Amino acid sequence: MDFSDTREEAEYRAHVRAWLDANAERRKPGQTFQVQYGQDGLVPLAKDWQAKKFAGGFAGITLPREYGGQGGNQMQQVIYNQEEANYVTPRGVYEIGLGMCIPTMLAYATEEQKQRYAPAAQKGEEIWCQLFSEPVAGSDVAGSKTRAVRDGDDWIINGQKIWTSGAHFSDYGIIVLRTDPSVPKHKGMSFFFLDMKSPGVEVRRIKQISGTSNFNEVFFTDVRVPDSQRLGKVGEGWRVALTTLMNERLAVGQTPPPDFNEIFALARSLDLETGPAIRDASVREKLADWYVEMKGLELTQYRTITALSRGETPGPESSITKIISANKRQDIANFAMDLLEQGGVRLTDDQPMAGMFQEAMLSSPSSRIAGGTDEILRNIIAERVLGLPQDIRVDKDVPFDQLPTGR
Amino acid sequence: MNFDFSDDQRMLRDQARRFLDDNAKPRAILEGVEPFDRDLWKKIADLGWMGTALAEEDGGIGLTHIDLCVIAEELGRALAPVPFASSIYMAREAIALAGSPDQKKAHLPGLCDGSTIGCLATAEGNGPLSPKTIHAEVSGGKLTGTKTPVADGDVADLAVVAARSGGDVGLFLVDLAGPGVRREPVETVDPTRSHAALVFDGAPAAPLGSAADGWRHLDAVLDHAAVLLAFEQVGGAQKCLEDAKEYALNRYAFGRPIASFQAIKHKLADVYMKTELARSNAYYGAWALATNAPELPVAAAAARVAGSKAFCFAAEENIQTHGGMGFTWEFDCHLYLRRAKHLALTIGGERKWKDRLVAQLEQRNAA
Repeated sequence: MDFSDTREEAEYRAHVRAWLDANAERRKPGQTFQVQYGQDGLVPLAKDWQAKKFAGGFAGITLPREYGGQGGNQMQQVIYNQEEANYVTPRGVYEIGLGMCIPTMLAYATEEQKQRYAPAAQKGEEIWCQLFSEPVAGSDVAGSKTRAVRDGDDWIINGQKIWTSGAHFSDYGIIVLRTDPSVPKHKGMSFFFLDMKSPGVEVRRIKQISGTSNFNEVFFTDVRVPDSQRLGKVGEGWRVALTTLMNERLAVGQTPPPDFNEIFALARSLDLETGPAIRDASVREKLADWYVEMKGLELTQYRTITALSRGETPGPESSITKIISANKRQDIANFAMDLLEQGGVRLTDDQPMAGMFQEAMLSSPSSRIAGGTDEILRNIIAERVLGLPQDIRVDKDVPFDQLPTGR
Repeated sequence: MNFDFSDDQRMLRDQARRFLDDNAKPRAILEGVEPFDRDLWKKIADLGWMGTALAEEDGGIGLTHIDLCVIAEELGRALAPVPFASSIYMAREAIALAGSPDQKKAHLPGLCDGSTIGCLATAEGNGPLSPKTIHAEVSGGKLTGTKTPVADGDVADLAVVAARSGGDVGLFLVDLAGPGVRREPVETVDPTRSHAALVFDGAPAAPLGSAADGWRHLDAVLDHAAVLLAFEQVGGAQKCLEDAKEYALNRYAFGRPIASFQAIKHKLADVYMKTELARSNAYYGAWALATNAPELPVAAAAARVAGSKAFCFAAEENIQTHGGMGFTWEFDCHLYLRRAKHLALTIGGERKWKDRLVAQLEQRNAA
């Protein structure tokens, strides 16, 4: 057990830091990127930053060299993420593509396709999204209804996806589709990637409670996708989807602020009736809880990396991170607003952290849902980590087209 | 960076677990008259555990504090009914940290071979441990006052006592078999760890380090103990989780194992999450302790808070999962609840350690 860098790691860290110093602005406590994820104007900045990262050798750190990556290890990725967190950089645009779509491509696509798409994504030239959820298939992704019907060398897609992050600025998407409704749900799906600019693809942005629009509805009307863009065998799309979901757990991005550091800074700067907020016993108690959670999550992720480096398979343990960080962010936002009292309702204000807590109050509910609800993730921990029985699945052996659907 | 135990440490853990499975019987202490398991104590001494993380010239067997943490986790898991925490994490660490060369020479070998049992006496009844709440006093080398409750105070040979001297609070070594010492057993929520009130009436007391540095030394001892106890807590929490799971898989209701109900699954997922957060914080504490890193005070407090929370929560939810059986004397659930509460309070409660954590963070941030 050694929480300090090895000599190689220290060298890598110094290399990263020097590069970041030369290319980005250091983040002050509480400072976040000027343009939040979901706001207009983010994409050009993110493209520019991704291109810089590629040139600097920090894009696709763990992806293979033959496909444009750095062939590095998870520890280097951790070091890079730790260091980048100290700088003001645009976040969120490439996480899904590089963390989930490209790894899935690399596992299933042809050599030619890998060469064609993987480097472009890492350079930031092409953005990818993931089309899984549907209005009736959120947590139950295998309940997807959007159909693909074979037509010569093509498939024709009809239906609707929803909650697709970044679909409005994505060039390509990976998609799971119903290709045989006459068999039980997991058996009749196939997996494809498609050009988001294909005729018949219509993206409608969804305005969320926070006022931002990072999610979309995507409608498919007679969209043609060539069979050569199928990933995995016909009818085995669910297996491919599981690959993507495994990668999702590894790709867990950093939760946007506020986290402990921001509420700590607020507590030090705000005066209550009896003096600085940080002297208040109830504030201190909360701060301690959040520090323990923040540090515990960070260290738990490191433990996962060590398990990976020992050749162990990444388990669904990192569901912990998602559940706790989303809930922590919501709690912090609510508590900060309570401390700010009447001023707490102002969305933009003269506080040093201009509206960050208010924005988080409104956006954190989505974090507890997107990428797996708290409830589903608790099931995953219970079933796959603790080995408790699976929920009763009444749809297991029933042909998909005979399942009750409600309204 | 490497965030896991080494292969040797994993082997030590497996050996310790097997040994304690066979030998640790907390229920025998609960229902018997013995204050602790002397036979187990002797076997543990023979295994060399008490000398772990102390240099050979001091009577130890070498190895690191991380190895001691491995042992602590297993002792906690097994609810081992021995004064290991008092003697090793507290008394031995205090003497190793603050003792003079002569004091080390006089006491460490005995603590390491188990022939001497030590304890740490800080509490004086209800309320928090702070310089203000310590009234026991040393004057002219004699200690007067009452310390209660003192974990393992009735079976220890040697006490490290926090007492007033001049204007300061210092640490003092007192021979409990010597003159001016009276001990009265005290009943506590955890009868598998014996406790006593130590009444001092002019007992000879030797300063452990200078009195002016007493509180600083005590803080350091508490940091060490916090990390080691956090491992006992993680071990206990993990065992509660496993016991709850085992019971839930075998107890049927409504035609299904209760482990198949989401209400139970989600409860156990929550226990798992708290336990893993505690484990991660404990690992960091172990590393900080073993390397004497500047992060130690922060890491120790975080490990302490997370450990107390996890073990208490796991013990409570273990009882809840066991339903009506959970609150019977016959099932072991209550032994874990008792130990969880004892460990959560023995070097100060959650409120205190949270305050300590934030104070450390303020200090670090000011620097």
